[in-house]
Order: sequence, then structure tokens, then C-alpha cells
Amino acid sequence: MTATVSTTHQSSLERTKLIRASLTRRNMSEKIFRGLGLAAVVLALGFVALLFIDVGRKGIPAFTQSNLHLSVTFDPELIGVEPPPVQASGQSDADFQAADLKWQRSVAMLNWNKVVEASLRTLVPAGVEISSKDLLAIAETDARHEIRERFVADPSLMGKTIEMDVLASANAANWIKGNIDRSLPDSQQQLSAPARAVIDSMVASGAISNGFAWSILTNVDSRSAPASAGLLGAFVGTLYMMLIVIVLAVPIGVASAIYLEEFAPKSRLTDFIEVNINNLAAVPSIVFGLLGAAAFINYMHLPISAPIVGGLVLTLMTLPTIIIATRGALLGVSPALRQAALGMGASKTQMVFHHVLPVTFPSILTATILGVAHALGETAPLLLIGMKAFVASVPVTPFDQATALPVQIYLWQGNENRNFFEPRTAAAIIVLLLVMICLNGVAIYLRSRLEKRA
Amino acid sequence: MNSLIIAGMLLVLLGLAYQSGWSRSRGLATTTGVKVHSRPQYHGSYVAIWAMLPALAILALWGWFGDGITANYITGQIPADVLSGLDPVALNATIARIRSLASGYGVAGDVQPFEQAAADALRSFQFITFVVVTVLAAVAGIAALLYARSQITARLRARNAVERVVNVVLIACSAVAILTTVGIVASLLTEAIHFFSFVSPIDFFFGTVWNPSFSSTDTGAHGQYGLLPLLAGTLMITVIAMLVAVPVGLMAAIYLSQYAHPRLRAVAKPVIEVLAGIPTIVFGFFALVTVGPFLRDFGNLIGLDIKATSALTAGVVMGIMIIPFVSSLSDDILNQVPRSLRDGAYGLGATKSETIRNVLLPAALPGIVGAFLLAVSRAVGETMIVVLAAGNSPVLRGNPFEPVATITVSIVNQLTGDSDFAGPQSLVAFALGLTLFVITLCLNIFALYIVRRFREQYE
Repeated sequence: MTATVSTTHQSSLERTKLIRASLTRRNMSEKIFRGLGLAAVVLALGFVALLFIDVGRKGIPAFTQSNLHLSVTFDPELIGVEPPPVQASGQSDADFQAADLKWQRSVAMLNWNKVVEASLRTLVPAGVEISSKDLLAIAETDARHEIRERFVADPSLMGKTIEMDVLASANAANWIKGNIDRSLPDSQQQLSAPARAVIDSMVASGAISNGFAWSILTNVDSRSAPASAGLLGAFVGTLYMMLIVIVLAVPIGVASAIYLEEFAPKSRLTDFIEVNINNLAAVPSIVFGLLGAAAFINYMHLPISAPIVGGLVLTLMTLPTIIIATRGALLGVSPALRQAALGMGASKTQMVFHHVLPVTFPSILTATILGVAHALGETAPLLLIGMKAFVASVPVTPFDQATALPVQIYLWQGNENRNFFEPRTAAAIIVLLLVMICLNGVAIYLRSRLEKRA
Repeated sequence: MNSLIIAGMLLVLLGLAYQSGWSRSRGLATTTGVKVHSRPQYHGSYVAIWAMLPALAILALWGWFGDGITANYITGQIPADVLSGLDPVALNATIARIRSLASGYGVAGDVQPFEQAAADALRSFQFITFVVVTVLAAVAGIAALLYARSQITARLRARNAVERVVNVVLIACSAVAILTTVGIVASLLTEAIHFFSFVSPIDFFFGTVWNPSFSSTDTGAHGQYGLLPLLAGTLMITVIAMLVAVPVGLMAAIYLSQYAHPRLRAVAKPVIEVLAGIPTIVFGFFALVTVGPFLRDFGNLIGLDIKATSALTAGVVMGIMIIPFVSSLSDDILNQVPRSLRDGAYGLGATKSETIRNVLLPAALPGIVGAFLLAVSRAVGETMIVVLAAGNSPVLRGNPFEPVATITVSIVNQLTGDSDFAGPQSLVAFALGLTLFVITLCLNIFALYIVRRFREQYE
């Protein structure tokens, strides 16, 4: 009897010893496991930080642009054009218009680069020999259009000198901002040696200064004058598409969620619809692009690269998200509310539309905004419906050719002038991310506000 | 302009009908004093629906047949001697010329007198038909309005009728989701079958060379469309992405759900999920200008030849993109494992990590596998990262440091938005899309099935 007790006691002691001995190892592995977990979290957070810092560091410099302060002289010798026609008393309107048109054409035919060159020449420091081609490379190519438009708007400027700001060219901006390595030999530089010397002296004399690049926000895309390329056209195109998504996806999505959750009989068909919607939510976006190309463009002959087609494709893509979110919200409404409404004599439709649906508004709103934010950043399906065409105008209607913000990013990153367009692409990304952050912020704000009230 | 007038007409009709039904119902209730079955707004809606239906039907009929009638009219305007000399193609071209003349856009070449005459006639014809159709629709709408209004009595069950219509509208909206699927399958299948009339399916699915030659215009040589190099590229990038995303995502989920202080969890979880909201084009740019050059320099440092745009670059960045996907799904699933399992393990003296490794993870395994499959399907269908950072080199090879091409990249390259679906060069995009759709569909269905089974297990 005593012997057995001592053996169990002994074996338990041995076991404790064994456990003690293994504890160091086990605690060590516990620590390692925990450390790995923490490392994973830090790594994931690090990726987020890295992404934002990288884009910010690359993109923020592109929000400054280099302006040339020129004093432009409308020298009659360079602008050898008659004064604009004045409508004589007996002259018919048509004749006057014809004469006016002829005058405008003659103004347009002039070589305005000579005027640009003359005003740039005044800023060339003494002792620098520079050809007119090299000199003109400093100002952006659309400077002459700006000067011409100034003159057409006010022909009395002839012979006068005005102060004007024009954009420095993309290559000049690269040189000023140090985007291009200054120690590269002449053969690898985009600008000639005298042009670079002139730019440096202009910066020193204050004839070139940096300012906020409003042109990114207020101009349309441009190939011939890259320094003036902006996002306005893409922004409006995106705006149209998002409007179409909101106008179509929200009513259709909410209606179909209401039907599936509240009215549909539980049958094979509704099961099938449910599986179908879950799968649609996981279909790659590019497949929706193929649908758009085949159905909307090839079959229905809707216009290529128009926001209407993009909007429809993105609507179909967003629909499952909104349906799933709305169903979840409807499911969460308390049965007491439904029973109270039915008990007061409301019909089922009245119960749903008057009592259940208003309670779910915060969730539906949040889901809508998140769905729209997702659609906003979508690129691949838009490429397939032709929205990667170069468009240098603001679309007036959703049926006009347009591009979208993410597609503009795609187009800019492919531009050959990497030194200039890499920062500009990052700047476009910053604009896109800011829009998305604003949308998400609005969603969070509205949700917290509406939920408090409910 | 015309559509604005029609929309205005419909709106006026709608308002008029609703108002008339509403006021009639009100009048009924106040003058006779009987108890009316439905509330005034249901009577208003009832009359409005009645008024809109015939008006919309007439407009829809015109939208459907109007084009053919107009074409017939134009054909009738072309002089018989000219008409006899036109084959169907030339006739269509002439009709199109006359249409664009009538609409005020110019046409190329000289305008023949008969074309101008026909265009003038067409213009007045279009104006007259527009007026006739609009007036007809309005009259029909008003007639239906008056009829419905005359029907309003105390006993009319207007609410039930309106609710039936609402129900039909709801069903129609739910049908959109099904129609989308049908549309995807139908358009992919028809165009893919069209493609397979140029290239045999065996050459497509088992071919090892991808070389779609854009230059060939004759029907002879079309280039080679072997799927395997693209499939291999997709597979390689997906594997790399999962190698990045699964350890990081899973460990982050474990740490945040089991170890982390609630305050850290409240901050870290949403921040990681920010990654899921960033557009893929941004990841693509990040891969192209930052990760790619970094990996290339890193490779130089350790003596490996890593290209800046390679399967590795695209895979690593795609892995980063998928991290929140893996981590939030795993988090949900880990939280669904019953507490009793964990407490039992603690009671037996297991450490926290032992509990997680030996109890929690095996219990959650099916759900986590389902989550991984969903992540794989996401990676397979991802486009923009690969377009920018994978280098587009459709060659069959196993080196992850070399550029590759994937199914999605080739779809983007082959289908550039021109509506000319005549040749296999652009049609192949649909065969590729079909392959992609089937792959992701299988993955999704399987994954959703596993996840659902897992949920049922612990409910």
C-alpha cells in the first residue's frame, strides 16, 4: 500500500521534472511564435507606410510647377498683321464675319514662336550664345498659343509690352527640380548646354519661380505640351461614370436585395440567385470588361471609350457588393419592428418600405460609398472598352470620348519622358487616393452620425 | 433635344396622373364620407401607373420599329433608277449618307441631288413622326388616365394593385444580377466559339507557343495561340503572391486576434485593411518604379540576375495586395472557433502558441483553406499589377526572375477596345476570358462551399 503511493508520488515527481525541463524550450518557442506574429503585423503595417511614403515622396514635387515670367512685346515687326476689321455701317453681318474669320486665320498663321523667342532673348545673360531652337526649348510649346489668344482677345496690345507667366517646358522643369542628373554628359541631356546655362541664370535672377501646379487640376491631358498636362478631362470622365453607377446600381441593388430578403419564396431559384450573386462578387473585374466590349460595344453599338459604357460596366461590377451589403442590413433589422408594423395593419410592402428600409439607410449608404470608391479605382475593364485612347478635351456628355483617373495614371506611367511623368503619375495617384480617402471618410462620418440618430 | 421633350412630356403626364388620382380619392373620402379602401397616394400611384403604361408602350414600339420604318421610307425616297443599281451594301451606305445629311452632319464627297432631296424629305418625315409619336403617346396616356380615374371608387383595391406592380419591379431588378451572369457566359462563349473556328481548341489549350501575329491580314497564317505559357506565368505569379501573403496575412491575423492588446488591434486591423482599398493601378506603379528596381539592385548585390519587371516583382506586390484579404478572412474564421476548444487546451497546460498550433489552426483549417482559395482566385484575376510589372514575355520558362505574361495581360494586349472582332487576334481575348472565368468560378464555388461547411460545423 505504502509502496504504491510512493511510486505514484515518485512518478508524478518525475513527470513534474520532465515538464520543468521542457518548459524553457516551450517558453522559447512561445516567444518565437509570438515574435513572428508581431513581425507579420509590423511587416504588413510597414508595407502600408512604405506605399504611402513612396507615392508621396515621388508625387508631391510634381505639385510645384516652374513658371517663366516673361515680358512679352507685341512687336509690329514680328506680328505683321493688319488691325482687325471693324464692321462698317453698310457692311452685311456675313461679310463682316468673313472678314473677321480671315483676320483670325491670318493671326493663327503667324509664327508666334518669334514673339516667344524675342521675350526669352531679353533674359539671356550676356556672353551666352544660344540658337533659337535651344532657347524655345525652355518654354512649353503652348506658350505661343497663350500669347496668341491674349492678342486675339485684345488686338490693341499691338506694340505694347505685357507681363505674362508661361510654363517652363517639361525638360526645363526636370533640370530645375533636379529630376535629371546634372552631371550627365551633354549627349545624354535633354537640353543643350547654353539652354541649361540660361535656365540657371533665369532661376538666379527670379525670372523662373516655382508655384503650385494648378495646371494638374485645371488642364486636360496634353501630348505636345507635357508640362501643361492635367487631370481635368479624366476627372470629369470619372465623375460621369460614378454618377451613372450611383443612379443605376443603388436603386437596382437595393430593390433586388429587398426582393431576395423579404419577398422571394425560399426556392431553388432564389438559392440559385444567391449563389450567383456571391459568385458575381468574386468574378475578376477584367471579365466585366470583356462583357462590356462584347455586349455594350459590339452588340448594342454604344460609343467606344465613352463614360456611359464605363459606367454601365462598373454598375454591373458594383451591383453584387450593394446587394450583399443591403441584404445583410435587412437581415439585421429587429423582428419586433416588423411585427409591430404588421400588427398595426400595415401590408408587407408597407412594412418593408415604411419601417424596415429606413432603418437600414446608414448601412446602405456606407455600402454604396465603399462600392463607388472601389469602382473609382478600377482600371482593367475600362481598358477593354477603349478608354485608353488619348483624349484632350473635357467630355460634355457621358456619350463623348473620355478617360478616367486610374486610366490616366496608366497612360502617364507609359509616357516616354520618364523623368517628368513619373512624378506626375505619382501626383495623379495622390489625387486619386485623396478622392478615395474623402469618400471613405464621408462613409465613416455618415455611418456614425446616422447610427447615433437611429 | 427630342429625348428631353419626351422625358418632359412623361414627367408632366406622371405628375398630372398622380395628382388627379390623389385628388379624386380625397374628394371621394370627404364628399361621400364612406370608408375608402386605399389611401389617396395609392390611388394616385394607381392612376399614374395606368397612364404611364400605354405611353411607354407606344414609345417602346417606336424605339423598336421606328428605325426600320425610317429606313423603308428612305429607300422609298431614292429614285427607282438609282435604286435598281444599288446592291444591299451600297444601299445601306446610301441610307447612312442620307441620314447624316438630314441630321446636319456633312458627308464625304459630293452630295448628289437625289440624296439632298431625300435628306430634306427625311428631315420633315422625322419631324412629323416625332410629333405624331409624342402626341400619340400623350393621348394614349391621358386616355388611360381618364379611364383609371373613372375606376376609382371606395371599394377599388388600389393598394393591392400598386403593390403587385412594385413586386414585379423588384423581381425585374433581381433579374439584373442573373442577366449579368447570363450575359457574361453568353458573350464569352459566343466569341470564344467564334475564335475556335479559326484556331482549334487543342492548339489553344495545349499549345506551348504564344505568338499572335498582328501583321497577317489574309486568312492563312494567324499566329500561334498556345495557352500554356500564359497559364504557367499566371501560376508562377500566383504562387509567389501566396508565398508572400499567406505567412504574413495568417500570422498577422493570429497575432491580432490572439495576442494583441485590444487597442493595437483597433488601430492595426483597419490600417492593414487600407491596403485592400487601394486601387490596383497604384500597386502596379509601386511595383514598377520602386519594388522592381529594388529587387534588381538586391539581386545584383547577392549575384542573382533579377529583371526589374519579372514574375517576382509582380508576385511580391500582388502578395502585399492580398495580405488584408487573407488576414481579415482568417481573423473571422479564427474567431468562429468555439472558446471551449481553446479553454480545454489551456486547462491541459498547453502554452498559447501550442494551443494555436495544435488546436485552433487544425480546427480552423477548412475555413482557412477556403479563404486561401478565395485569395488565389483574386490573384489569378488580378490585372493591372501584372500589366505594369510582369514584363509581358509570353515564353514558357520556370525562372521567376525573368519577365512573364499572364492570361489577364494577354487579354488587355489583344483587346484594345476596337469593335473589330473579325480576327482571332482580338477574339482570343474571349477564349482567354472564358478560361479565366471558369478557373475563378471553380475556385470560388469550391471555396464558398468549404467556408459554408466550416460555418455549419460550429453553429
